[in-house]
Amino acid sequence: MSKLNTIKELKQKADWVRNQTIALHGRSPETRVASSLSAVEILTVLFYGDKLKFNPANPDWEDRDRFIASKGHGSISFYPILADLGFFPKEELEIIGKKESFLGSIPDPVIPGYETVNGSLGHGPGVGAGMALGLKVKKSDSKVVVMIGDGEIYEGAVWEAVMFAGHHNLNNLTFILDHNKISMLNYCDEIISHGEIEKRFSSFGWGTHRVDGHDIDSLSEVFDKIFNNNSSKPQILIADTIKGKGVSELENDHLCHIKSLKADRVDELLRGDDK
Amino acid sequence: MINKPRAMRDVFLKKIHTEMGKDSSIFFVTADFGSPVLDSILSDFPDRVVNVGIAEQNLINISTGLALEGFKVYAYAIAPFITMRCYEQIKVNLSLLNELKNMDVNLIGVGAGFSYVVSGPTHHSIEDISIMRTLPNFQVISPSDWVSAEASFELTLNSKGPKYFRFDSQIYPAIYDESFEFPESGFNILTEGEDAVMIATGYMTKHALLVAEELKKDNIDLKLIDLFKLKYVDQSLLAEKLKQFSKVFTLEEAFIKKGGMDSLVLNLVNDFELKAKVIAMGISDEYKFALGTREELFANYSLDKDSIVDKIKGELNNE
Repeated sequence: MSKLNTIKELKQKADWVRNQTIALHGRSPETRVASSLSAVEILTVLFYGDKLKFNPANPDWEDRDRFIASKGHGSISFYPILADLGFFPKEELEIIGKKESFLGSIPDPVIPGYETVNGSLGHGPGVGAGMALGLKVKKSDSKVVVMIGDGEIYEGAVWEAVMFAGHHNLNNLTFILDHNKISMLNYCDEIISHGEIEKRFSSFGWGTHRVDGHDIDSLSEVFDKIFNNNSSKPQILIADTIKGKGVSELENDHLCHIKSLKADRVDELLRGDDK
Repeated sequence: MINKPRAMRDVFLKKIHTEMGKDSSIFFVTADFGSPVLDSILSDFPDRVVNVGIAEQNLINISTGLALEGFKVYAYAIAPFITMRCYEQIKVNLSLLNELKNMDVNLIGVGAGFSYVVSGPTHHSIEDISIMRTLPNFQVISPSDWVSAEASFELTLNSKGPKYFRFDSQIYPAIYDESFEFPESGFNILTEGEDAVMIATGYMTKHALLVAEELKKDNIDLKLIDLFKLKYVDQSLLAEKLKQFSKVFTLEEAFIKKGGMDSLVLNLVNDFELKAKVIAMGISDEYKFALGTREELFANYSLDKDSIVDKIKGELNNE
């Protein structure tokens, strides 16, 4: 387990993760960079802020907390974190997308640290709910955290899982909605609005929380609150984020999900020209 | 009493109930589908039974999560819904994930073929054999009566990969007796004969026995092979049983010519360079909104006993 004690250290780490994510995108332009950038702070605080139990030397450690990156395309920012924590050698980051690599544009459990097959959206919530139920029956203290996306929650299977978890009081289950408000082709409000998203979850029997998903301080505080509460309900954190965060031309572009950055632009960003 | 009619699901669930008493790692998940035996599972093991409601996608996903936590899972629903409503969940979370982890999930689908006779095409399951056979790592098991269904439970104890059990919904007497053991080869020879060979599966095995009886009246001896494993059957042993015949008839209550049991036999004939021609009998490429008895539904596809007998005789006369 890695623990960065100060908010300042976590912020520095988040900056590093963001840069690494852009670098990975430079090496493998098929990766979904905008979607991965909105989750940088969420992942950084979860994995460096002493929020989850894990063991890089033994990714299947029975007592670990289970983290499912259900919005798989948008979790490229998890790769540098896993490498940095020792789940696999950092050299792997250099060969992303190559024949000899296990790092693709959509992650699967061939990558140490990933629990489930990703890429097809809407499976993580139900699989996570099944794990949470299984952990309860095994009387385990481990928890299940599932990161989902705005476009993903159009899938009906998500809501089958939401109603199941609410009914069964799976309070060892937490969803994090990376609420960047953009799906593939447009803003969700222009496709089909998610409306008052907290009310949708609370009406299914979930506890809801909302936070600025790029604010390290608030994220750290809200995770402590969620993971240490005594509620009988499953919990969802709605993290307001910006898709493409840190890359000016991606931010607020309704088509940013499907946009790639050119090599020279990646170089500019890595040099810090935008800062 | 072996001649007593029983439902495949009841005898299979009874086995699960007994095993759950011995093995605390077994979980039973239903999509709001019942059986008298389910009540005793519920009352005896309430912590290890969950009803996800009529939500088959979640049935598979919850089962996946439980399997990832080390449980042996039995997931239970109506056949067309447990296969087709959630096919992509099955592909991704059971078939594909099994390449990396043991997905010990047994899908029990009730309502093979036309067995929900008057419920119509939504409740018929004639696509399931071909689509489930397509998925790598999946065993597809099709018992022909309640004795073979009960015996097939062994498979869930002996191997840990995902499996689909295709069960009839109706209550019928048994074909087999107490001495039956589920064959490792995946098939059983029910009648010996030198004149023609037929491979049947599920309810059609019962139907084929009537066909064999009818042919016998004309001194035609039919070798009838009851095929239980629609994947991972012992191919060389099956090829051995077919090699003397110039024509192999296949009979299934499912679509033909698109990946079903007939494809299994065709590929086997090809791979083992047998001389036989395969004559596939089953459901042609057409849906029908038809009512009547199961036999009357068969007649719409020329699968009634007389049509099959005529077809076989015609083919044999052409030799």
